Amino acid sequence: MTVSHDFSAPRGDSAGKRLLKALLNGWSWLFLALILAFFEIYAQHNVGTTFIFRAYNIQSIGVATAQILLLALGLTLVVVAGHIDLSIGFTTGLAAVAMALVIRAIDPAVGGLAALFIGMLAGIFAAILVGLVNGWLVASLNVPSFIGTLGTYGVARGMALIVAGGATVSIRSEEARFLGNGDIYGMEMPILIAIVLVIGCHYLLAHTKFGVHTYAIGANRASAERAGINVKRHLVILFVLSAVTAGIGGLIYTGRFSAGAANAGEPILLYAVAAVFIGGASLTGGQGTVIGTVIGAIIIAVIQFGLVFSGLPPYWQFVAVGLVIIVAVLVDQSRDKLTGHLS
Amino acid sequence: MTGPLLEAEHLSKRFGGVEAVRDVSFAVYPGECVVLAGDNGAGKSTVIKMLSGVHEPTAGTARFEGKEITGEPPSAVRDAGIETIYQDLALADNLDVGLNLYLGREKTRAIFGIPFVDRKGMRADATKVLERLGIVVPNPALPVHNLSGGQRQAIAIARAIHWKARLVIMDEPTAALGVPEQREVMALIERLKADGVGIILISHNLPDIFAAADRIIVLARGRVAGERRPSETNDEEIVRLMMGG
Repeated sequence: MTVSHDFSAPRGDSAGKRLLKALLNGWSWLFLALILAFFEIYAQHNVGTTFIFRAYNIQSIGVATAQILLLALGLTLVVVAGHIDLSIGFTTGLAAVAMALVIRAIDPAVGGLAALFIGMLAGIFAAILVGLVNGWLVASLNVPSFIGTLGTYGVARGMALIVAGGATVSIRSEEARFLGNGDIYGMEMPILIAIVLVIGCHYLLAHTKFGVHTYAIGANRASAERAGINVKRHLVILFVLSAVTAGIGGLIYTGRFSAGAANAGEPILLYAVAAVFIGGASLTGGQGTVIGTVIGAIIIAVIQFGLVFSGLPPYWQFVAVGLVIIVAVLVDQSRDKLTGHLS
Repeated sequence: MTGPLLEAEHLSKRFGGVEAVRDVSFAVYPGECVVLAGDNGAGKSTVIKMLSGVHEPTAGTARFEGKEITGEPPSAVRDAGIETIYQDLALADNLDVGLNLYLGREKTRAIFGIPFVDRKGMRADATKVLERLGIVVPNPALPVHNLSGGQRQAIAIARAIHWKARLVIMDEPTAALGVPEQREVMALIERLKADGVGIILISHNLPDIFAAADRIIVLARGRVAGERRPSETNDEEIVRLMMGG
């Protein structure tokens, strides 16, 4: 796998400048290697054990990465198109609550598997509604996505709390438990689902016309429109995709904890946004890759788990992730300067 | 001479209370370059936006090869054979030459029945078309923001040639270019004309106007102030017409 930033140096650059550019482009990989090395050395010295080469650690990091990715994958598509979707934090919660409520209401009547299926559909349907509203606000009413999705963030949060009656909606469903905790050949379900979605989103963004159009819209909306691309429809689809991946995150949450909670996605929102920007996306749009976002999500998961592992107060993870976001933006800026890209 | 490629009849456009263009009529024949000249705000851009489908005229019609195109969306106008090259170039800076050439009409190839965007194929096509125009892009895999203004303009023109446009509309194509690059673009316009392509060129640069035009249509305050052949007029008269005198 390679991250195709497409920023290889034009001819005429000095070797030093080329090296610097390569470092800036690949910094997230480098950074990941560095923090893994850091925690490994720490573990060897202070705990007398390995950090990376323990199945339990890898699995924990994998599940944490999957949780972040479910919010970050759709967000990546939206950010490449030059927008942002803040509502996903509570779209996740809304989907989780919707699924739990439906399962609780119909489980004894229709049987576990059917209840799970209908519950999942209800969760996804709730998510799609949020996505459609976001798309309508941004594409048709030209509301800046930052403000528009902040508004739907509030609405989705309120709706999730209202339908859940302000409480956590617990369920008893073996089928749902499997969705969140089961494994297939030792591969945990959340990780498996995240991998499938990563492949799907990567294909969509890197290998389809839809993906090319997403980059074109992010770089120059007018040029995309003049090239005959239906930009409004495209944006609506992007926001729906973003809501659906976040909604799938909510379904897994309900399965994992046998309960739907309105704030299921809230703590992950910051991490998801961070993963996208650490992964090479830019607030100005037109840049970013799914593979980059995956690396970003792994970095955050390693920091999260690594800090807990090394016995530091868990609150340090907020500090660490915050600092990494700032570094990501600084790297993005200096890369733009070096490549002469004024955005 | 064959019939006209494009006939614009009584085109008018209002934006709220402002009448940007009023009763503009003209025709363009194959292999002919018609220059729309005029000062800023004379309505030149509004006229071409009505022809390319960006704006719908308030009144009047436009026919291309005898078929009415008034009110058609930009993609339909382009598919009919009219390519528009905008002042701000209409390129997606973060994409390479190939994707820009094919933007909105990308080539795909199937691998096990799954379609993949064919970046290499489009890049190769783009390199070929540009070579034919005498333009060498050092590394076609780079995003086009690395290219010079002239090269970028050439990509926009290559798009017109590649898609076999029969009418090319250019909005101030040399505005952002250095002198040698301006010359290259003027040479490209001659090539298009030699191929029988009709051209509508928007300009307020007098040397460009006289170098490229077969006919000059001067707009002032949204109306046609006069129509001249370059051989029958001079700088002074054109300027006087542009000022609305």
